[in-house]
Amino acid sequence: MIPPRPTILAATEWLSARARWHPLEFVFWIVAFAAIWLMPERHLILTEIAWLALFALSLDLILGYAGIISLGHAAFFGFGGYIAALLAKYEIVNEPVLALLIAGVGAMALGFVTSFLVLRGSDLTRLMVTLGVALLLRELANRYGWLTGGADGLQGAIIQPLFGTFRFDMFGHTGYAYSVTVLFILFLIARRLVNSPFGLSLMSVKGNPLRSSAIGISVDARLVAIYTIAAGYAGIAGALLAQTTAFASLEMFSFDRSADLLLVLIIGGAGYLYGGMIGAIIFKVMQDYLSALTPQYWPFWIGLVLVVIVLVGRDRITTWTTPFRRLAARLDWRAARRAAAASNEGQKP
Amino acid sequence: MLFKYATGAIAALALGTFAAGGAFAQDTVKIGLVVAMTGQQASTGKQIKAAVDLYMKEHGDTVAGKKIQVILRDSGSVPDNTKRLSQELIVNDKVSVIAGFEITPAALVVAPLATEAKVVQLVMAAGTSIITERSPYIVRTSFTVPQSCVIVADWAAKNNIKKVVTIVSDYAPGFDAEKSFTERFKAAGGNVIEAIRVPLANPDFAPFLQRAADAKPDAIFIFVPSGQGGTFMKQFAERGLDKAGIKLIGPGDVTDDDLLPTMGDAAIGTVTAHFHSADHPSAKNKAYVAAFEKANNFRPNFMSVGGYDGMHLIYEALKKTGGKADGDSLIAAMKGMAWESPRGPISIDPETRDIIQNIYMRKVEKKNGQLYNVEFATFEAVKDPVKAAAKK
Repeated sequence: MIPPRPTILAATEWLSARARWHPLEFVFWIVAFAAIWLMPERHLILTEIAWLALFALSLDLILGYAGIISLGHAAFFGFGGYIAALLAKYEIVNEPVLALLIAGVGAMALGFVTSFLVLRGSDLTRLMVTLGVALLLRELANRYGWLTGGADGLQGAIIQPLFGTFRFDMFGHTGYAYSVTVLFILFLIARRLVNSPFGLSLMSVKGNPLRSSAIGISVDARLVAIYTIAAGYAGIAGALLAQTTAFASLEMFSFDRSADLLLVLIIGGAGYLYGGMIGAIIFKVMQDYLSALTPQYWPFWIGLVLVVIVLVGRDRITTWTTPFRRLAARLDWRAARRAAAASNEGQKP
Repeated sequence: MLFKYATGAIAALALGTFAAGGAFAQDTVKIGLVVAMTGQQASTGKQIKAAVDLYMKEHGDTVAGKKIQVILRDSGSVPDNTKRLSQELIVNDKVSVIAGFEITPAALVVAPLATEAKVVQLVMAAGTSIITERSPYIVRTSFTVPQSCVIVADWAAKNNIKKVVTIVSDYAPGFDAEKSFTERFKAAGGNVIEAIRVPLANPDFAPFLQRAADAKPDAIFIFVPSGQGGTFMKQFAERGLDKAGIKLIGPGDVTDDDLLPTMGDAAIGTVTAHFHSADHPSAKNKAYVAAFEKANNFRPNFMSVGGYDGMHLIYEALKKTGGKADGDSLIAAMKGMAWESPRGPISIDPETRDIIQNIYMRKVEKKNGQLYNVEFATFEAVKDPVKAAAKK
């Protein structure tokens, strides 16, 4: 049965309302790009925030939207990182952007192959399988030291200038501008993706896989698709790290990295794209600040903050920010216009 | 829904507030100290930090009219952290010397930075031979692994050890150890019947020790980085190898003074060659160990001496340049510098910027109820054998 026209219209209206840009989103990105000029001294840590945000965005796609829990997301991060570093070291691909794309595609291929493992079993099995894949890759990179440099890390890669003009300087200026641009472009794609019907179907799979398949969503195909895409994102994040530091090490595959990533997402909140990015900012700034303050005991303070976040609850923290949100709502001129339009319509006979 | 925007606002605020520049005073010389205070190599960082603090307590924080300021950063035992932190210290804090580097990859990854920024990179720990060749601004106050390995090879050949199994960690210093020991030992008529490499991270030595025991050697040559000796010794004793008459030899990393007191009697009789022992019988060392133990409640190991001498080198170089702290003046002043360290007389090789020092043969013995590396022979002014051989 074809649904009556108003239903389709309502659905379209609802979908586009979901996808509409909020003013604070503009603020977020304007600040991110303005940092290129306004915070030149902080570009190195900002670069780290940018790739960590991208990495967290990738985990959010599978965890927050599709409900796939993973403790081995570093597998794709490291894979992409090593591809980018190897391409540069052996001068196979000299253009960083092209190398970045190749790293992303490589990681996607790996994600596609391993996604079939993830389809099997429940959350606990997924945790183990993803963890296993990361450990496996780490050992492979360790074992084939002639190619990867083993435990010494991949030394001696020289990253050529971006587009042949912008050298990756010591101050990290090029690195940050490059990373934040890549982050923005991939964010736009992810934003389009999760607001599309495909994104909605993912969320329904997350909610109840059985019912989703009953209403005609091919659950496995969607999970494979999003896992592959997320793997590509993680690979590009790893490649950004490798390119901006001209270095790749076994640490890229480490369990700690996957676990930290989960923390980042927990801090920022899963299931909306900004969660990973905000988590990355808070985590890195906190880590940088605390570890400079007390280089020996900073993990204690990070742990404490996490416990507080869990105990107090993120919802309650957000109520403290109500005034800001009110202000934001008032600034949202389009919302005001819509409300005015609605009231006008209401007045018509 | 609204939550996301609220957190967005917080994030924007956070971004804004942490943009702050570092003030740079002309009469301060800043030293960036990047070591692992957490993670796998945390023991090395802890030792170096304690030694640096001790040196500054003893010698004050002013030299040649300049105030010395040490900025400590934790690498978390992750080399790409080391790189970023070093970069920030150079770019934002304008440090004159970047020091520390608990492990070889960390030292190597910073080398291009030292060259580009013309900043002295002072290696206080990492021991692979090649490190100092990676930048003309690198100088080392720790050791090179081959320095000790060739000495122990000579000693083994002279002391009726014919068949040896080597066990080394699977990374650059491990290869250095294996190569330099094997070459020297074979040249002296010995035989290496098996060469085993164990993973660097979280190693389980049990299966490797079994393989080594099955080969029935006269001795096992062991190199593990500082901090892993305790596990190795425990598993060595658990398999009863200490009672099977297999000697344990190697560079002194395995009987690290930091862990030695907790190793148990299985360690007794282990023969190692190294550059510093807490038991080194000089007045300078006795004073050093006493002051160190008083301040920290743990014994200084060879890593700490690298940190202590590193600070001395910086202080003396600044005196020589009259407070000029640019990379070229400092490195020039450091070349050829010689002094008496707690480990004995040492100097910086003017050609390679690597350390020249005495290597001592030691045996683990019990003294006053505690285990110590007791020295019984001295080899004077040993240069890095790898670079010496390459020059010939």
